[in-house]
Amino acid sequence: MSLNRSWLLSSTLALMAALSGCGPADGAAAPSTAAGKGRGHVTLLNVSYDPTRELYEEFNAAFKRQYERQTGQTVTIDQSHGGAGKQARAVIDGVKADVLTLAIGYDIDQIARRTDLLPTDWQSRLENNSCPYTTTIVFLVRRGNPKGINDWEDLARDGVEVITPNPKTSGGARYNYLAAWGYALRKFGHDELKARAFVKSIYKNVPVLGSGARDSTITFVQRGQGDVLLAWENEALLAIAQLGADALEIVVPSVSILAEPPVAVVDKNAASHGALAAAQAYVRYLYSPEGQRIVARHYYRPYQPRFADPEDLKRFAKVETFTVNDVFGGWPRAQAQHFDDGGVFDVIQNELAQGR
Amino acid sequence: MGPSAASAHRGIAAGHAAAPRLQGTTADARWLEWLFIGVSWAFLALVLLVPLGAVFCEALREGLRAYFDAFDDPYAWSAIRLTLFTAAIAVPANVVFGLAASWAIAKFEFRGKTVLITLIDLPFAVAPVVSGLIYVLLFGMTGWFGPWLASHDIQIIFAAPGVVLATIFVTFPLVARELIPLMQEQGTDEEEAAASLGAGGWQTFRRVTLPNIKWALMYGVILCNARAMGEFGAVSVVSGHLRGKTHTMPLHVESLYNEYNFVAAFAVASLLAMLAVATLAVKTAVQWRMQRELQDSAEP
Repeated sequence: MSLNRSWLLSSTLALMAALSGCGPADGAAAPSTAAGKGRGHVTLLNVSYDPTRELYEEFNAAFKRQYERQTGQTVTIDQSHGGAGKQARAVIDGVKADVLTLAIGYDIDQIARRTDLLPTDWQSRLENNSCPYTTTIVFLVRRGNPKGINDWEDLARDGVEVITPNPKTSGGARYNYLAAWGYALRKFGHDELKARAFVKSIYKNVPVLGSGARDSTITFVQRGQGDVLLAWENEALLAIAQLGADALEIVVPSVSILAEPPVAVVDKNAASHGALAAAQAYVRYLYSPEGQRIVARHYYRPYQPRFADPEDLKRFAKVETFTVNDVFGGWPRAQAQHFDDGGVFDVIQNELAQGR
Repeated sequence: MGPSAASAHRGIAAGHAAAPRLQGTTADARWLEWLFIGVSWAFLALVLLVPLGAVFCEALREGLRAYFDAFDDPYAWSAIRLTLFTAAIAVPANVVFGLAASWAIAKFEFRGKTVLITLIDLPFAVAPVVSGLIYVLLFGMTGWFGPWLASHDIQIIFAAPGVVLATIFVTFPLVARELIPLMQEQGTDEEEAAASLGAGGWQTFRRVTLPNIKWALMYGVILCNARAMGEFGAVSVVSGHLRGKTHTMPLHVESLYNEYNFVAAFAVASLLAMLAVATLAVKTAVQWRMQRELQDSAEP
C-alpha cells in the first residue's frame, strides 16, 4: 500500500514539475518591454487576411531592417491571419491590432464605425485609396484544362464543379461572387434578373463553401476536389509556385473585378503603447520602392509598377477589370444588397437548398 | 478495507476483468465472437490507426531532417510552451474543482444538487465554439466586462488568460465525472467511522477518502490533460490567432497547414499524437496498477 502511494505521489509530482517547468515566462502575453538597443523597442501587430502570409513574412523582415537603420529602434512584428470578415470581428472584439491589412475596405469601415479605434475617413489617408497593391479574380484549373473552362459562362455549365469559399466569412468569396455578377450584367445588357439567374447557376455547381480563400485553395489543390477554383490572382500564382506547375494552370476570364485590399493604421491601439510612428512608417513602407518590389514578388499587382522587377510583372496577365464602385455603387451597397442576412446570396442559397 | 475498495473500483476496472465465457459455447457463438472482434479491429484501423499512420508518414515524407526542422522554429516552441502552460494550469484547477464538486455531491445532501450535477455536464453538451464565444461575449471589447478590463489595461481574451479559461471550461467535467459515481457508490460509511474514531476533516480526507479515489482521480487527470493539450475549437475562438503569442499546438498545426507547410504541420501534429500515445501509456499503467491493487486487496 505504501509503495502504491509513493508511486502515485512521485508520478503526480513528476507530471506537475514537467508541466510547470516550461510555462509562465512565455505564456503570459509579454508587453513590449523586451530590452532593445538604440532608442528602444516597439512591437506591432498586423492583423491581415488569408493569402498574405508569405508576403508579410518577407515584408516584415525588410521593414525591421530599414526601420532599425533609420531610427535605431528595434521592431517585433506579430501577425494574425484569417478570413477578412472574421478578422475584422476579432479587432472589434478586442484584438489589439496596430495595423490592418484586410481584403476589403468594408471590413475596416466596420471597425471604424463600431469602435473609435480609427477615424471613419481612414481610407483617404494614404494614396490610391489606401491600397498599396491590387489583385483580381482568375480561374485555377487542372493542367491541360480538361473541362475547357475559358470564361465565366463555362462555370455555369452542367457537370462543372466550382470551388469558392463562403461570401459570409471570406472577402475573396465576395469578390468572386461580384465578379460573376458584373460579367453577367455586361453580357445581359444590365438585366438584374438574368444576372441573378446566371450567378445562381454557378452556385448550383459549388459542392461546398469553404470558410476562407486558403481553405478553398487547399480543397482544390491538395484534396483534388472540383474542376475550377475561383481565386485571387495572387493566391492562384502562389499555389502554382508552391504546389506545382505540372498539375495546375491559370485561366484568365474575358473580364474580371479589380480587388482593392486596403491597409490602415489603428491609431488608438498603436498610440496606446507608443507604436504610432512605427505603425505609420510600416504602412508607408508598403508604398516605398522596396515595399512595391516585395509586393510584386509575392504576386500582388503593385500600385507603382515602375519599382517592381519587370520579370515579376510579366506574370500578370492582361485582363479588363471593373471596380466595385463602378458596378455596385461601393461596398456598403453591395454588402447590403447581396451579402447581409436575407440578401440576394441568402435567397439564392435557399432556393438551391430547396432544389428550385 | 479490502472488499469495499474492490467494489469501489468496479466501475472502472470492470472493462479489464476477464469476461466470463458465455455458458454453453457453441460454434455459432464462437463465430459471432470472431465477427465482433473483427468488426472492432476493422473500425479501429479505419478511423484511428490509418489516420495516425498517415500523420507520421506525411511528417517524415521529406526525411528526418525536414521533420526536425519543423521544431527549429520559435513559433513552434512558443506553441509548445503555451500548450504545456495551459495544461499546467487547467489540470490542477480541475483537480481542485473536481474534488470539491464530487465530494459535495457524493457525501452531502443539499438543495440544488441535481442542478449542480447537470451544470457540470454542460461543457460536454455545448459545442466548443460556443464555449469560446461565451468568453468573447464576457470579456470582448463589446462584451460585458470588456470596457472595464480595457480601462484597467487587462487583456483576457486574445491573450494567454483567455486560452487558459477556455481550456478550463471545456475540460472541467472530466475529473468530476470520474469521481462522482465512484464516491457515490462508496457512500459515507468509512468517513463516518473515521470521524467517530476522532479523525479531523483533513485527516479523514487524506487517510480515508483519497486512498479510495486516487486511481479514479489519476484517470480523470490523464483525460483532462489530454483534452487540455488537444483542444481546438474553443481555443481557436478566443486566441485571436496571434502567431507566437496565442497559438497552441493545435492552432499552430492549422496555421502551418494553411501556409502550405505540410511537413511541418504534420511534424507538430505527430508530436501531439506522441503526447497522446504517452498519455495512453500512462493511462494503461494506471489501470494495471489499479487492477493489481484490487487483486492484492482481495487476497486475505
